Amino acid sequence: MSTNTAVRPAEAEAARAWDIAATVCDPEIPVINIAELGILRSVDVVPEEFDDNGNPAVDVTITPTYSGCPAMDAIKDDVVAALGEQGYGDVRVRLVLAPAWTTDWMTDSGKAKLEEYGIAPPTGMAALRTGPISLGLSVKCPQCNSLNTRELTRFGSTSCKALYQCNECKEPFDYFKVL
Amino acid sequence: MSGESATRITPGNALRPEDVAERVAGGIKVGEDVGEYALRLGDDALILAQRLGWWISRAPELEEDVALGNIALDLLGHARSFLTYAGSAWGKSEDDLAYWRGEAEFRSCFLVEQPNGDFGKTIARQLVFSIFQHELYSRLIDSADETIAAISAKALKEVDYHRDHAIQWTIRLGDGTEESKLRIQAGLDSVWPYVAELFQDDELIERLDGVAARPSEMREPFDALVAQVLDEAGLELPDVQPAMTGGRSGKHSEHLGYILAEMQVIAREHPGATW
Repeated sequence: MSTNTAVRPAEAEAARAWDIAATVCDPEIPVINIAELGILRSVDVVPEEFDDNGNPAVDVTITPTYSGCPAMDAIKDDVVAALGEQGYGDVRVRLVLAPAWTTDWMTDSGKAKLEEYGIAPPTGMAALRTGPISLGLSVKCPQCNSLNTRELTRFGSTSCKALYQCNECKEPFDYFKVL
Repeated sequence: MSGESATRITPGNALRPEDVAERVAGGIKVGEDVGEYALRLGDDALILAQRLGWWISRAPELEEDVALGNIALDLLGHARSFLTYAGSAWGKSEDDLAYWRGEAEFRSCFLVEQPNGDFGKTIARQLVFSIFQHELYSRLIDSADETIAAISAKALKEVDYHRDHAIQWTIRLGDGTEESKLRIQAGLDSVWPYVAELFQDDELIERLDGVAARPSEMREPFDALVAQVLDEAGLELPDVQPAMTGGRSGKHSEHLGYILAEMQVIAREHPGATW
């Protein structure tokens, strides 16, 4: 299990900026924010640098979920806007690739919110499969809680999701894949 | 040289592929050899992404429209990272490289240029390429070049899903109807001449020992997994001569020109345009 090494900064100003950045939600899944997803990696106040109003410049680092994730530009813009509204005029958002994002970093509260929203959260820890036969853990239906579900397609509406159907209540639902 | 390209590490061990262009202005850039290698990795991904994109709205079922589209999107993400990194060797952006190079400057392999054919042929190509890429990125996560290692660490997790998709489809098609078996076998026979090129070593690989993954070393595990899958699917390993290739030195099949024409035409007709 990979531990999320991103931490909310201790220093007051940076912590304030972190909290603001953490209000930004995933544009596709508006109930979960980028801190709960593990996308927000760090927020730092840039020493000795200020915007036109004398507020400190802020460095924000985020990491993409999937290599081709098209939501990252929207998230970047949203972070700049959110911090801008709270008085930070000079916000630098950077994308990092390492350490690679993993669903292991999703918080329990994030997973609970996904489920409430109707998306089954990732089950189990990320691990590379070495053989040709893939084994999966059961996925619980977010509507009726049954474990009697089946995968319709491995690839869903976004890179991170697969499409499942519940054999009990017959409702289709999205599953957030383990990565 | 490769050493100087990988030394900028931000606090917390994170790397920044996006500020590579800034580094060029600061006088630091990736060496030409590493740049050339990153071009090979990026071009393979870019051309295959372009080929797979064609399937959207044409796949045999809606789920495959989405699956092949998603695989293409993952590949495009890899291409963007590798090409941005490669571009720093020559002061070029990812867009400069994607839209403004001609055929002779691309370093993609013959396999990814091949026409999609029917679904069977596309799956056959996916089987070969995703197993190859899985071996490739499994090794590149230990590359001495930290940027290549970081990009590969992400790519490996996604290619794991691509490989799984290809293997499952190969088994379903091979162990399906007579028609599906004929088509997947024909698909394998048609892409097999382009397998050898993926596993060829050359002087660049020798110079980049420790940074690049040695292609010839990957052939055995590739063959072993392919044999396992084909056996389960009830298919035959094709027995064909390798084709004349040369993608790594800019010599391409007749297909690349058409692929680039379609991919580059809008950018070339409206240079400098933005959304």
